[in-house]
Amino acid sequence: MTSDKEIELIRILEHNGRVETEVLAKMLDESEEDVKVCMQKLEDEQVILSYTAIVDWSKVTKEETIAAMIDVKVTPQRDVGFDEVAARIQRFPEVSALYLMSGTYDLSVVVEGQTMDGVARFVSNKLSTLDAVLSTTTHFRLKKYKHDGVVFNQDEKDRRMVVSP
Amino acid sequence: MTQSSLHTTTRKKRLSKTVSNIEPSGIRRFFDLASTMEDCISLGVGEPDFVTPWNVREACMASLEQGYTSYTSNAGMPELRQAITDYMDERFQVSYDPEQEVIVTVGASEAIDLAVRATIDPGDEVLVATPAFVSYEPLVTLSGAVPVPVKTDASTDFKLTKERLEAAITERSRAIVLSFPNNPTGAVMSKRELEAIAEVAEAYDLLIFSDEIYAELSYDIPHTAFSALERMHDRTVLISGFSKAFAMTGWRLGFVCAPADIAQAMLKIHQYALMCAPTQAQHGALEALRNGREAVEKMTNSYRARRNYTVHALNEAGLNCHLPGGSFYAFPSVEATGMDDETFAEQLLIEEKVAVVPGSVFGKGGEGHVRCSYATSLDSLQTAFARMEAFVSRHGK
Ligand SMILES: Cc1ncc(COP(=O)(O)O)c(C=O)c1O
Repeated sequence: MTSDKEIELIRILEHNGRVETEVLAKMLDESEEDVKVCMQKLEDEQVILSYTAIVDWSKVTKEETIAAMIDVKVTPQRDVGFDEVAARIQRFPEVSALYLMSGTYDLSVVVEGQTMDGVARFVSNKLSTLDAVLSTTTHFRLKKYKHDGVVFNQDEKDRRMVVSP
Repeated sequence: MTQSSLHTTTRKKRLSKTVSNIEPSGIRRFFDLASTMEDCISLGVGEPDFVTPWNVREACMASLEQGYTSYTSNAGMPELRQAITDYMDERFQVSYDPEQEVIVTVGASEAIDLAVRATIDPGDEVLVATPAFVSYEPLVTLSGAVPVPVKTDASTDFKLTKERLEAAITERSRAIVLSFPNNPTGAVMSKRELEAIAEVAEAYDLLIFSDEIYAELSYDIPHTAFSALERMHDRTVLISGFSKAFAMTGWRLGFVCAPADIAQAMLKIHQYALMCAPTQAQHGALEALRNGREAVEKMTNSYRARRNYTVHALNEAGLNCHLPGGSFYAFPSVEATGMDDETFAEQLLIEEKVAVVPGSVFGKGGEGHVRCSYATSLDSLQTAFARMEAFVSRHGK
């Protein structure tokens, strides 16, 4: 498959990871076999890391989750910079995202949990106690409007006339 | 009291003969039928399934906030005309003078009307490559002239050929209406193929009205503007607009580029009939041209993938379909069912709740085919083609 088609494939999957191979093959004008091989290659090279669903948990009342974004200042370490402390933080299962930032703090940690208490405990017991961590500022997320390019509670309907010239 | 001899007690006719003789569009009937149906999947929509990019909508709102609510100059805002000529130059390597050769119109629709009215006299003949967008023939008729359909068909992938065109030319022929990439067939013509048409135009001294509104939506080869062909600048009226590529159908904004004498004649009609195109829409269009490239590319890529899917799926469903190189329509043959296109479209709608448009409403050459617009979600396409496959296997010869 050409690199253009490979990028096209990645774009389609990034938008909708559930499109069947058969449909992908038709969209790319390639054989199913070639699409499978290409997807395998992208997975092996860790270009495609996972196929996940974007969930609006607020609609699943029993499973309401709490999320916090924590700004963390750390002391970078000789030779490894921020990578070592990042490697320690990312291992906690509560951490759903972790980014190195420019600006007034260093790491942005997104933590998800069942209760506010649980998140607070994670910050005070686990995060703050790491040697490299100098300070933390915790912001609780109140509502999700848009995530990974997907708008929650989208109400833009198809407003077109059913048949037009 | 004296009575004028012009007084009358009988009722005079109220409608002009020309208008009375024009048939209502065949699309209308399908619209009426389809709109009464619930859960119908429509492949009958002739417009993008994207809403206008946000930056364009935002620019329009900003213009309102800043109080840009008056008329613009008749031909359109000078900055917009400049942006149009820059765009045409950069994208299609064809240059126009923004002062004299460009008019911003109320859709490509108005531009087509202006082109015909500014150049054609009653009795003249205008050749129209068909199947084609529904408005060309009626607009020619409305100006008192005679539309002469020149059929294209599946044997040439719905491209216009020199032979067919020459066979239709008479002493009264004045112009040719071309529209590639085409609605409804999706056909695209290459530079070489267009050059053959250009030769005919030159040999018989014909004008070309080239409706290039789908120019951005050419998926396999770069689009050639007709006026970019050698010696064609002076005989081409190039019609385009924002509806398709920028997903701006409801804004009603298009433009036309033509040699100064023709453009100025068109401007006379435009200035009396319309005054100017809507100011808010012009502000939106300016943003679209300045910062819309990325959005256009994204949409184009999305159509291309759906085009590929559609062609494979239709052929698998037993509906023979050539590869449409542009626009967002596929135009399969319904021969496999033994039905004519009207019956096919009607039965498919009733039995499977899928709306397509019978090819014959787009003029000669469209018989036996239906237009399927793939400007709809992949989910809808998958369901629609599964239903069509079931329909074909039930009715197959
Ligand atoms: C070939 C062609 N020309 C012109 C138009 C009308 O465009 P506008 O919205 O700019 O009037 C259409 C719309 O369907 C079309 O398909």
